[in-house]
Amino acid sequence: MSTSAEAALVRAHRDEWGLCVATLNRRYGDLDVAEEAVAEAFARAVERWPVDGVPDRPGAWLTTTAHRVALDRLRREGRRDEKHRAAAVLGGDAAGPAEPLGVVDDPRLRLLFTCCHPALAMPSRVALTLRMVGGLTVPEIARGLLVGESATARRITRAKDKIRAAGIPYRVPDADDLPARVSGVLAVLFLVFNEGYLATGADTDPVRRDLTAEAVRLTRLLRELLRGLRMDDGEATGLLALMLLTEARTATRVDDDGVLVPLPEQDRTRWDPVLLGEGQALVRERLAAVAASGVGPGRYQLLAAVNAVHTSARSVEETDWAQVLALYDRLLALDPSPVVALNRAVAVAEVSGPAAALELVEALAGDLGGYHALHATRAHLLDRLGRTDDARAAYEAAIEVAGNTAETAYLTRRRDTLDAGSGG
Amino acid sequence: MQYLIAVIDSDTGATGSATDDEMAAVGAFNDGLRERGQWVFAGGLADPTTATVVDDRDGACVVSDGPFVETKEYVAGIWVVEAADLDVALKLAADGSRACHRRVEVRPFL
Repeated sequence: MSTSAEAALVRAHRDEWGLCVATLNRRYGDLDVAEEAVAEAFARAVERWPVDGVPDRPGAWLTTTAHRVALDRLRREGRRDEKHRAAAVLGGDAAGPAEPLGVVDDPRLRLLFTCCHPALAMPSRVALTLRMVGGLTVPEIARGLLVGESATARRITRAKDKIRAAGIPYRVPDADDLPARVSGVLAVLFLVFNEGYLATGADTDPVRRDLTAEAVRLTRLLRELLRGLRMDDGEATGLLALMLLTEARTATRVDDDGVLVPLPEQDRTRWDPVLLGEGQALVRERLAAVAASGVGPGRYQLLAAVNAVHTSARSVEETDWAQVLALYDRLLALDPSPVVALNRAVAVAEVSGPAAALELVEALAGDLGGYHALHATRAHLLDRLGRTDDARAAYEAAIEVAGNTAETAYLTRRRDTLDAGSGG
Repeated sequence: MQYLIAVIDSDTGATGSATDDEMAAVGAFNDGLRERGQWVFAGGLADPTTATVVDDRDGACVVSDGPFVETKEYVAGIWVVEAADLDVALKLAADGSRACHRRVEVRPFL
């Protein structure tokens, strides 16, 4: 394939897939029809573009082709009229101007809200969003989420069936529902990002760039759409900043031997300055907005702020740990979960010493016994307190429950260093 | 679309029959449904122990006492509502749940 056609296809897939699915779904009121037609249109582009040349407007070519495919299918199945009626009922073209959508009505925003509807189970929302909005294939999603391909395909099919049968609407929710629904979408995007950033498979790559990149792209899109609609985008901005500040450190997170490198040991000169700059600018934007509005920051804004503190310090010693601790105090008030309490304990160790932190960590053992980070944090604190045997046992407990290859390698090395250091 | 909103009751909770307050709230909710043209049908059901199962699939009518499946949780009443889509139905379900002070299940009709 000629490189220009190939590049155009990659670009079109990234820019046009979600838009195409959303446009077709709007017309026919059927996600299944939309998905299949758009996939077929891309397959035809793979055949035609290298031969005929890249069309002037690739998006229009793909949408037109997909419409033709969809109409063929509906005609074949003898339900063309029925689909047009269904689309009208479900908020399609004929639904009238009842929805106050403001200045921007990007069909992808509607699609995102449909795919992340609270009536769908969380794993279905994640898989469906990656397929319909992100354009990932079923095998790609299955690999990313570490679920079997047939299970992933079934999950997506069941979700599409429920959307159709239960009448899950294709529109931006009412103003009353919007804050809760936006936070539902953000939760899906955060899950996609985390799955990419800390892939849990024993044998998978430690960082799945395709998933993290997709999550960043969709969060950016959601934020732009919310801003276009003049809706509150504080948490969307917070999540985007959090992702960018995390993504900026990717190159230093795993060393050449595939071993995880924890924050204090990362080479800060290799952090991506462009991503850091954008992430930190977003955090500053939110700080100013929060100060002006008097409305406290949400969870993602607080997490982004923590990351902004970390990434603006030249070394772990120069980190403003008091500031980190203050942010975790606010986060814990908002979300009193054991995982947040564990992260707060790490900051306590730097502010008040390892003994105070150990006490907090041990109180969480009941809730987080199966979570490798609890054991790893405990091991690190015990080591700092000179309790080498206890630290070794804690590293072993962490290795046992860790799922990520890079993490297991890191923990093993820490344990072995411990043995060498104690002369044992 | 039409949706069934089934009221879930439980014999482990001390819920039992509806209280006067619950009846009044349900009455007000029903009035709202009628005013907005969303009312299709609604009614409360007697205790599951009053159920009778009939099976005439083979032509030999078998009648047996009791619900077809014994569960701790059962349907205590239903609404059938008219709603444009699931979001509208879920809002009605939330109002209904608050009115009768019980959990409800929403299912679309085919």
